[in-house]
Amino acid sequence: MTATTTILKSDTGAAYDVAAIRADFPALSLEINGHPLAFLDSGASAQKPAQVLERMDQAYRTEYANVHRGAYTLSQLATDNYENARTTVAKFMNAKTPDEIIFTRNVTAAINLVAYSYGREFLQAGDEIIISHMEHHANIVPWQLLRDAIGIEIKVAPIDDAGNFLLDEFKSLLSAKTKFVAVTQISNVLGTIVPIKEVVRLAHEAGAHVLIDGAQGIVHEGVDVQDLDAEFYAFTGHKLYGPSGIGVLWGKLDLLNKMPPYQGGGDMIENVTFEKTTYRDAPARFEAGTPPIIEAVGLASAIDYVSNIGLTNIAAHEQGLLAYATDELLKIDGLQIIGQADNKAGIISFELDGAHPHDVGTIIDSKGVAVRAGHHCAQPLMDRYGVAATARASFGMYNNTGDVDQLVGALNYVKEIFG
Amino acid sequence: MEDDIRELYQEVILDHGKNPRNFRHPEDATCEANGNNPLCGDKLTVFVKVGADENIEDAAFEGRGCAISVASASMMTNIVTGKKVSEVDALFDIFHKMCMGEDIGETPEEFEDDIDKLMVLSGVKQFPMRVKCATLAWHTMNAAVHGDAATTTE
Repeated sequence: MTATTTILKSDTGAAYDVAAIRADFPALSLEINGHPLAFLDSGASAQKPAQVLERMDQAYRTEYANVHRGAYTLSQLATDNYENARTTVAKFMNAKTPDEIIFTRNVTAAINLVAYSYGREFLQAGDEIIISHMEHHANIVPWQLLRDAIGIEIKVAPIDDAGNFLLDEFKSLLSAKTKFVAVTQISNVLGTIVPIKEVVRLAHEAGAHVLIDGAQGIVHEGVDVQDLDAEFYAFTGHKLYGPSGIGVLWGKLDLLNKMPPYQGGGDMIENVTFEKTTYRDAPARFEAGTPPIIEAVGLASAIDYVSNIGLTNIAAHEQGLLAYATDELLKIDGLQIIGQADNKAGIISFELDGAHPHDVGTIIDSKGVAVRAGHHCAQPLMDRYGVAATARASFGMYNNTGDVDQLVGALNYVKEIFG
Repeated sequence: MEDDIRELYQEVILDHGKNPRNFRHPEDATCEANGNNPLCGDKLTVFVKVGADENIEDAAFEGRGCAISVASASMMTNIVTGKKVSEVDALFDIFHKMCMGEDIGETPEEFEDDIDKLMVLSGVKQFPMRVKCATLAWHTMNAAVHGDAATTTE
């Protein structure tokens, strides 16, 4: 257990108190099938700390009304909470102004918004966009819908067998026809950390705009959108220890204000007559209808919680776990890790000889271990590796070496059953 | 829970999962269908040769999936061969109920042996997420003999 020493030291030198963090997450004290829960599926959705749950409960009980309407105290309080959450998000990603923060339902909704609104306004038949081979379906299908509607062409930036994003190959796909690039910051399957700053730089040189899918990236790496300089960045609350039902689209303000509305309704209009309606500027333009009010409060609370521990400290802890888990898993005879990029986050996809990932998932659940089994909404990537599915362990800030040991023990039980 | 796991992954299932019977593509099949579980990406194709009097003369499959879905397809192709399409329909209905943990009522005498064999798969009733694994082959068979080209478990 030499890994423990590295895990417990953060790069700031302060101790990373994983036990104290675990104590904040009620779900982590659950027993599942007679075993302590080893939750290794934070890549799909993370557990929530009590601080977030209590903040949301309090807001529902004593600070709740609809926002942006009504002149009464509670409505003002709810509106302040909602707009303060926008400010919290803006600071967390270093946006120039909270007006650049659009609350959506999740990353999927954010990317669909861009594909629909930006896509139909700024792209036309014959234009090319580039995505990578390891995109989540959420960063593939909206572009295919756009392609089918207006006739753009989609190019796919390749990866190597280890799962590294190939910058040179990407560069060779760029041309005067390239108008947009949409890539993930971190692969949800392989854990690959994509060199997004380089991607943005190269894309801009070619005159293309860029969207970064930060669903995993915001959790394991964070983002400084001014430094990154992409045009759009999307992330979701529920993977960042916050509630489901809320996501964020960040966009450069001048661009957002040139984009037509995606959905029409209340709150996004300036003036409505039956003849003509004018629209408000971002973010209101893209937030039609009653927004996820308490979810925004919860997201802000989650960001406070994460910021308090420090994303860098969390990332260092996860890197320690990743190294430990990779070593321990590779000791299992017949286990292969899919995705061994040079630069990886705490996500490990694997296969066990003779045992289908679904069988693995069911059997290790009987030992209290929760992992994802399936295609991870990345079928083109599964095809790339010639598999239909993988099992995937993904780490959050609260995981420890005990979780990894429990996983390894459970995988040995799978081997016992499958002989 | 571990008892449930052992019941689900009985020797018979592990054996059919590792060494599936009728895992082939018969050239003289009269109908076939693709089955797809979009949640997990598992896919299989069922081939059936239906002869005179709606009699199933041969059944086989190809594809990939978990131990449960492959074992189910393997056992199914053994069981339906030699039966009439209407009998297979009736068996599917019973098997589906078994997997869902529903009462299958009085066992028809002619199916007793088959139901005994299929009973090893009924362990999935403890695992609602896995019921579709056990029934995918049967849904696909149903689609093949009744003329649908493709089916999903959705």
